[in-house]
Amino acid sequence: MSVRYGLLALLERGPMHGYQLRAAFEESTGGTWPLNIGQVYTTLSRLERDELVHAMPDGDDGHRDYEITDAGRAELAQWFATPVGRADRPRDELAIKLALALTTPGVDIQAVVQTQRTATVRSLQELTRLKPADARPDDLPWRLVLDAMIFQAEAEVRWLDHCEASLVRYTPPPDAATQPATESSWEVSR
Amino acid sequence: MTVLELRDVHRVHGSGETAVHALRGITLAVEPGELVAVMGPSGSGKSTLLNLAGGLDRPSQGSVHVDGVDLSGLGRRALATVRRQRVGYVFQDLNLLASLTAAENVALPLELDGVAARKARALAASALSEVDLDGYASRFPDEMSGGQQQRVAIARALIGKRRLILADEPTGALDSQTGEAVLRLIRSKVDDGAAGVLVTHDARHAAWADRVVFLRDGVVVDTAGPLDQPDELLAPGGAR
Repeated sequence: MSVRYGLLALLERGPMHGYQLRAAFEESTGGTWPLNIGQVYTTLSRLERDELVHAMPDGDDGHRDYEITDAGRAELAQWFATPVGRADRPRDELAIKLALALTTPGVDIQAVVQTQRTATVRSLQELTRLKPADARPDDLPWRLVLDAMIFQAEAEVRWLDHCEASLVRYTPPPDAATQPATESSWEVSR
Repeated sequence: MTVLELRDVHRVHGSGETAVHALRGITLAVEPGELVAVMGPSGSGKSTLLNLAGGLDRPSQGSVHVDGVDLSGLGRRALATVRRQRVGYVFQDLNLLASLTAAENVALPLELDGVAARKARALAASALSEVDLDGYASRFPDEMSGGQQQRVAIARALIGKRRLILADEPTGALDSQTGEAVLRLIRSKVDDGAAGVLVTHDARHAAWADRVVFLRDGVVVDTAGPLDQPDELLAPGGAR
């Protein structure tokens, strides 16, 4: 996702200026996605260019409020109606690292798995500590973001457990780690 | 004083060629106010560790100390007294007695210790109140939800002077909200000064602990504690 939809969603509540938008964005995400004010204004000017928001005249306090346009509302509705594609997310460096660890000579893959597991569980501990002691209704947007991070970290640990269990049963093919076996067999069959 | 201490504990089941080394030299200390989670694959020794900590099993080598008392030096009767008076267990299958009410289940360990029935019931009522079960004292287990039964088990685990709570997958089949409520309860009991050991395969549950110990093949392979700088986590991409 981009900051673009976040700002559109916030402007659906009513007109706001850049600093208000930044504060509202950080409040909704519990500070997990810090924005700098430059990002906010760059995004606003692009939204204005695309006629999704409209800049209002400067107020008495010198701040300029922005309001969402009908086109902006339609764009926002479309965003809420569209699932987030998994392919849109960045490649998983950890999965690639483990795949490479398996085929790179001299790498202790169990140690790689355990190092990652410890780090991820430590992150989980910290995330769990951020949970408010008493759940209040106005905490809910932030708690949902927090729970998303908790469940993702948990999923990573479960996946690491799965990798470890698979490794126990894994016997590397002869010389697989030192020699590109597929290429030589290709030579033979050719 | 350290509530639970395992000193170079080994546990071997069987002998000769078929011997299984469930634990190989575990050293662990749990202080008051500390919750330690034990994670590891099946067969890594998690439950053996918990059974030894609670005096339900004896080490083949090394020693287990609860509140400074070396359990290996105790006879069966003395060991049963330590278990009843100092250690509280919360298991996945709750072991609540179906024919006793919630209050009777909670009061039972006190009554076995000779506390007068009236006093035991009063203590049980206040223990139930602490786990938000006011008004449930005369319900039978099958008249309560899974989460409520689990809270009765926690009240029973900590009644009296017991300071060590041992939990084996305590959220069992509970849904995630109820499971979290149970963990919050264990956490708050520990924050009030008990020491806790939580065995779980679920990292989300282990994360409630102050320390997470990873067991593999009966050996501690790693330990996770809090980050020095929690702010790292809130940096973009920091939560992975």
